[in-house]
Amino acid sequence: MATTEHVVAHQFDDAEQQHEASTLGMWLFLVTEILFFGGLFLLYVAYRVTYPEAFVDGSHHLDLRLGTINTVILIGSSLTMALGVHAAQVGRQRALVGFLLLTIVLGSAFLVIKGFEYAAKFEHGLVPGPGFALTGPLGPQVELFFCIYFAMTALHAIHMVIGVGVLAVIAMMASRGAFGPAYFTPVELMGLYWHFVDVVWIFLFPLLYLIGGR
Amino acid sequence: MDTQVTNEHDRQEHYLNVDYGIRSWLLTRDHKRIALLYLGSITFMFFLGGIFALVIRLELLTPAGDIVGADTYNKLFTMHGVIMIFFFLIPSIPAVLGNFLVPLMIGARDLAFPRINLASWYIYSLGALFGLWAVFTGGVDTGWTFYAPYSTTASYTKVVPTIVGAFLVGFSSIFTGLNFIVTIHRMRAPGLTWFRLPLFIWAHYATSVIIILGTPVIAITLGLVAVERVFRIGIFDPALGGDPILFQHLFWFYSHPAVYIMILPSMGIISEVITCFSRKRIFGYSFIAVSSLAIALLGFLVWGHHMFVSGQSVYAALIFSVLSFAVAIPSAVKVFNWTATLYKGSISFEAPMVYALGFIGLFTIGGLTGLFLAALGLDVHVHDTYFVVAHFHYIMVGGAIMGYLAGIHFWWPKITGRLYPETLARIAALIVFLGFNLTFFPQFVLGYLGMPRRYYVYPPEFQVLNVMSTAGATILGVGYLLPMLYLTWSLRWGARAGANPWRATGLEWQTPSPPPTYNFATTPLVTEEPYAYPLREAREY
Repeated sequence: MATTEHVVAHQFDDAEQQHEASTLGMWLFLVTEILFFGGLFLLYVAYRVTYPEAFVDGSHHLDLRLGTINTVILIGSSLTMALGVHAAQVGRQRALVGFLLLTIVLGSAFLVIKGFEYAAKFEHGLVPGPGFALTGPLGPQVELFFCIYFAMTALHAIHMVIGVGVLAVIAMMASRGAFGPAYFTPVELMGLYWHFVDVVWIFLFPLLYLIGGR
Repeated sequence: MDTQVTNEHDRQEHYLNVDYGIRSWLLTRDHKRIALLYLGSITFMFFLGGIFALVIRLELLTPAGDIVGADTYNKLFTMHGVIMIFFFLIPSIPAVLGNFLVPLMIGARDLAFPRINLASWYIYSLGALFGLWAVFTGGVDTGWTFYAPYSTTASYTKVVPTIVGAFLVGFSSIFTGLNFIVTIHRMRAPGLTWFRLPLFIWAHYATSVIIILGTPVIAITLGLVAVERVFRIGIFDPALGGDPILFQHLFWFYSHPAVYIMILPSMGIISEVITCFSRKRIFGYSFIAVSSLAIALLGFLVWGHHMFVSGQSVYAALIFSVLSFAVAIPSAVKVFNWTATLYKGSISFEAPMVYALGFIGLFTIGGLTGLFLAALGLDVHVHDTYFVVAHFHYIMVGGAIMGYLAGIHFWWPKITGRLYPETLARIAALIVFLGFNLTFFPQFVLGYLGMPRRYYVYPPEFQVLNVMSTAGATILGVGYLLPMLYLTWSLRWGARAGANPWRATGLEWQTPSPPPTYNFATTPLVTEEPYAYPLREAREY
């Protein structure tokens, strides 16, 4: 059992107020994140409405197999994260560290697979810019699709990298017994962030990989 | 920095003398010290932006291009706009006075997240360094609006560092806004219900909501412009079928509400100052409080009025026009309520009050000319002319900066424990008011006569009005230098202020000046509405 006493910061009256404030702060941060991604989703909608064929064409150049595997991995990592939060709440120290490490492994696996996908795009000349391989009447608009694809998935990947980094810190704190039933706010907030990143991918996957009925 | 306030005769321990040395400032988590760090940074940026303004006005003294050429002139107005908007106006009142006063006014010991608060200042400073890097290595010439495709493909100036600067500063204000919302929700003193909050708090709450919802959108938009430049891809590039108008939509979705980020906190200050110096309850408290939220909400629905001639559909333009008119309603609610508060008040004309009265007049002119611009037909005639320039300077300078100066004077005794020289301050306030009107009123006429903005030369028939404007700018410059000098002077030689030199209501006045590090010896208990002035008078006499 982790029973380390956590000191309430001077600006708060008690631990409950501190927990409530931190949770509200995290939710507000996620609101800013939604709007941050929101700009990109708006661009996606505007361009897809304007160039539906080019978007379908671009989507068919994506690797559906790897995308699907990554979706499963990421949903699995959300599960291990949720189990980790629960382990912290009930004070199961070893399980907490284990689930956090598992989440890190799954998150990293996602990033590695994403890396292979990106590498394939470079090989096939599907990266927007002067060397873009697809010509023909739809060429420029497919390039636009790949601009959006890379902007959205790269921003998502950056969030994953940050998430894995923070997870590592929290796992280290957890292994030193920093969390328990009396104090688990950082684990819980980490969970909120991780689920958010997962949910973004749940939207990205169908919008990018599954359009045009294949 | 304002560390000179220390004085060996100070017996009481407060936030300024509790600790000395550069480390105690750079690593502080005290919201009051962070406010002063911000005060130093934004004052520096204000004077830098002011220098660009003065060079612009000097260039426009004569019709020909005398001092600078076209390219330099483009950079001057761009950097004036970027610095004044992103690095001064947006952080000004929230990061300085809001930071200092939000915990004090609600009876809290600090903001909810002191470390994030300090981080926000460092992020701001890093952003400001990027901005200064751009300024001092050749400048940027896109206009503060960074319109694509000029900013993404055509301009050969320092667009990317400027954008990185604006991006970072955006995140610093997100941190500030997030801190305010959580603090106001969770850390109010016992008895301090929502409708007992000072209107300054309501204004900052509404401002924070705008910051939280708007800033991420400008961040991603400017980020995409930077990415487009660096990687030579084309998200807004018409050659690929990209749409530059989309950039404008995304840009104004934040940048119109940003105007309310500047003006709402100022309105909060005016409510505090007007009640204090008319010794009266505020008229229509709940209407003023809710009108702040209404402005925050409506502010997100009117961005298209910046794009009436950009090629958006005429039906969109009609709707944006109607909604823009609607913003006048909550704005007018405030102006009428302030005026009603003055009615039969026991008015005295201390410097903050002079600024506040100036604010009401100038904001009214700025707001009413905003209605001219919201009218589709008239906007086609005056868009991109000096009429627009005059209009938004009446809001941003005549409104936001007048309010900022009112607030700085009003709470200076609380911040520093010293009184500023009253007569000098009143004279400076009048100089600012006169200089401001002489600078910008002629620009309404110039714009109506057809002088376009952003040109370094103009036809000779516009010269008289331009000379008036330049003369006014010089006077305005003096008006801004004076407070800088006498406020610094007062740090050492100003008379000592008691806890409550204005006999004002509000929790911040019930603790010593300067306040102790944790603000209150014991958490105050709130038992009455704000601005209970007549009651207090009756009790005292």
